[in-house]
Amino acid sequence: MLSRTAANLFWMGRHLERADTAARLLDVGARITLLPNTDEGYRNEWESLLRASGAQQPFAERYGDQINQENIESWLFFDGDNPSSVASCLERAREGGRIVRTALTSQVWDALNTAYQELRQMQRRRGKVDAAELTDFTMRHSSTVRGAINATQLRNDGWHFINLGYSLERADATSRLLDVKYYVLLPRVEFVGSGLDNYQWQVILRALSAHRAFHWAYGGEITAAKVADFLILNGESPRSLLTSLYEAVWNLDGLVRRYGEGVPANASERARQTLESLMARDIEAIFDEGLHEFLTWFIGEIGSISTAVHEDYFSGRM
Amino acid sequence: MYYNEMLDGGQVRAPYAMLSDWVETMPSEIRQMKQAEAEALFRRIGITFAVYGEGGDPDRLIPFDMMPRVFLQSEWRKLERGIKQRARALNAFLRDVYGRGEIVRAGRIPAQLVYQNEAYEKAVVGIVPPRGVFSHIVGIDIVRTGRDEFFVLEDNCRTPSGVSYMLENREIMMRMFPGLFRNNRIEPVDQYSELLRRTLASVAPAKCEGAPTIVILTPGHFNSAYYEHSFLANLMGVELVEGSDLFVDGGFVYMRTTQGPKRVDVIYRRIDDPFLDPLCFRKDSMLGVPGLMDVYRSGGVSIASAPGAGVADDKAVYTFVPEMIRFYLGEEPLLQNVQTWTLWKDDDYKYVMENLADLVVKEVHGSGGYGMLIGPKATKAEIEDFALRIKANPGNYIAQPTLALSTSPTFVEEGVAPRHVDLRPYCLCGDRVELVPGGLTRVALREGSLVVNSSQGGGVKDTWVLSE
Repeated sequence: MLSRTAANLFWMGRHLERADTAARLLDVGARITLLPNTDEGYRNEWESLLRASGAQQPFAERYGDQINQENIESWLFFDGDNPSSVASCLERAREGGRIVRTALTSQVWDALNTAYQELRQMQRRRGKVDAAELTDFTMRHSSTVRGAINATQLRNDGWHFINLGYSLERADATSRLLDVKYYVLLPRVEFVGSGLDNYQWQVILRALSAHRAFHWAYGGEITAAKVADFLILNGESPRSLLTSLYEAVWNLDGLVRRYGEGVPANASERARQTLESLMARDIEAIFDEGLHEFLTWFIGEIGSISTAVHEDYFSGRM
Repeated sequence: MYYNEMLDGGQVRAPYAMLSDWVETMPSEIRQMKQAEAEALFRRIGITFAVYGEGGDPDRLIPFDMMPRVFLQSEWRKLERGIKQRARALNAFLRDVYGRGEIVRAGRIPAQLVYQNEAYEKAVVGIVPPRGVFSHIVGIDIVRTGRDEFFVLEDNCRTPSGVSYMLENREIMMRMFPGLFRNNRIEPVDQYSELLRRTLASVAPAKCEGAPTIVILTPGHFNSAYYEHSFLANLMGVELVEGSDLFVDGGFVYMRTTQGPKRVDVIYRRIDDPFLDPLCFRKDSMLGVPGLMDVYRSGGVSIASAPGAGVADDKAVYTFVPEMIRFYLGEEPLLQNVQTWTLWKDDDYKYVMENLADLVVKEVHGSGGYGMLIGPKATKAEIEDFALRIKANPGNYIAQPTLALSTSPTFVEEGVAPRHVDLRPYCLCGDRVELVPGGLTRVALREGSLVVNSSQGGGVKDTWVLSE
């Protein structure tokens, strides 16, 4: 497979997952506005959302301090200036798909193309669409594309590259969301363990579409340790760091098996080491180490694995 | 008076008899439904030509007319012989002018027309590509003016496009109207991709061991014909590469793959000569492969069409193709050229300037229906304006009579009406010269229009050759 084709498939997976993340953030934001207002308005929560998408700075450049629902919706869904908006991600995923048309089944292309055509119609109605519709739109199409990939793509190297993109992006998104907790909340020590603290943990669960799953898995009260355990170390949770990384390892192993010894396997090795290192921890150890320090390490590892994937497979080494 | 391919002397001609019934018994609501279905299919499959930077939807459809254009077997056999003869002569000419230039020495074609030609590539003088073939896919544009009168309008020796439409038009017709194909004996065209692959494999370089690795080189997904590039790559099962996917090392070309470098033997390029290799041609080219021409010269890779093939297909050289056929093949041309006045000759110049209102004038290097004057359709002011441009540079123009392009029945708002058509078959040249029975029929959808280019209101049709 051409290196460029593999890279396009990988990034198609990443962009599709990223669009999904943006839509989930939007959903959380819309939900916050339905709750009783606080003295400061919803500003703090909105800001935490922007942090979650790593976008405080560029958002400020575009909208100044006008942090409100309209601008956030626009930013997370429509804005071309925001490389992580749903529209940007879908457009890039579709463009990537168009470039590698020969590596996709017609069902996958059809699903991607339909999402794109409907996105264009949404853009024409910009300002007249409510947040719920935007979220539904994204979830529906990302599920359709994902379903088409699962149902129709050959289980070949291309398949592994798409799923590698999905899983690394998901690992990255979950760790960044968790990290928001550190930046926004932990400095205010008096809140830890308070009602507000727990509420904000709920927000994070919701941002990962995991609030119901959490209760099925743990039950009882929402505590920081339980939420963190669910999102970091629980192998049943579909977006946990462990699950995402496990899937990345599985796909990398598939490539190593397929390509044999002639092709370097640094990415696979690196991912396996990270996975072992993750599994060696429990949640107490992570809290002792410091959640932020742990996440910084993990995000760095995901970055290194990504770089190694690039070097192993996308560079067309000499 | 135009030749109507369906009605001859008021009678429906044999090849159209069944279609005529088919149209008459099709209710108009079914027709509209089918037309919508066809468009939806084209859009879903993604058979579009991309137009970026003009605003609006970048993915445009070329209008598809469901009424096929039909040839009898006997008509086609004659065309086929003429097309193959022409393709052979054009390749012989290219071999010659990059070699000893016998045709020029013999005084059969003016030296300056060949050697001063913009498309004459000095960088490939003396190179004989595998099997002596320069132009592997020759697209020959043909118009019909009478029952037995066919003329060649122009030759395309570089990378003629549109073959994906020939194939997809047929697929869509077969899917929508299977009955038509069951009840008629229509020669298939879908072997084209296999023939193309075979043709390209047959010109693998001498240094290639084992089965050659073929790739299609595209300028990228912003190119208007990108769909066709990926379509052909898919049908042939070969990689679709961009310049940056290839690199040169130790006298060979490699592509970058997930399993490391893989040697490439034959490149079917869909980028123009000047962009092929920044070290040899345009230095600012980002589309090509640095060092590619060195590998080509040393026989490490084949390029189709070969660099330099363009010198055979400009509109001035065109006038000498019948001469080429006599000179190289010792045969009389089976397909005639359209009468052409070349404006750098004084007599021709005088005649053309006096008769602009009746003639079609074209730029020698123009294409796509741009930069031309259609005398009978032009206003007085347009003619005067064009005359000034000719005066400024007569050598840049040729003139031809306004051709009475034949018409083929076409679906229009009110039903079926005659519209003007042309034909582009795709002749493949490798170890053999081959042609699938069919081609791309382009139709001028506007009433009375003679311009079939898709950029100017043209559409496409499926083209049938009936077997006996």
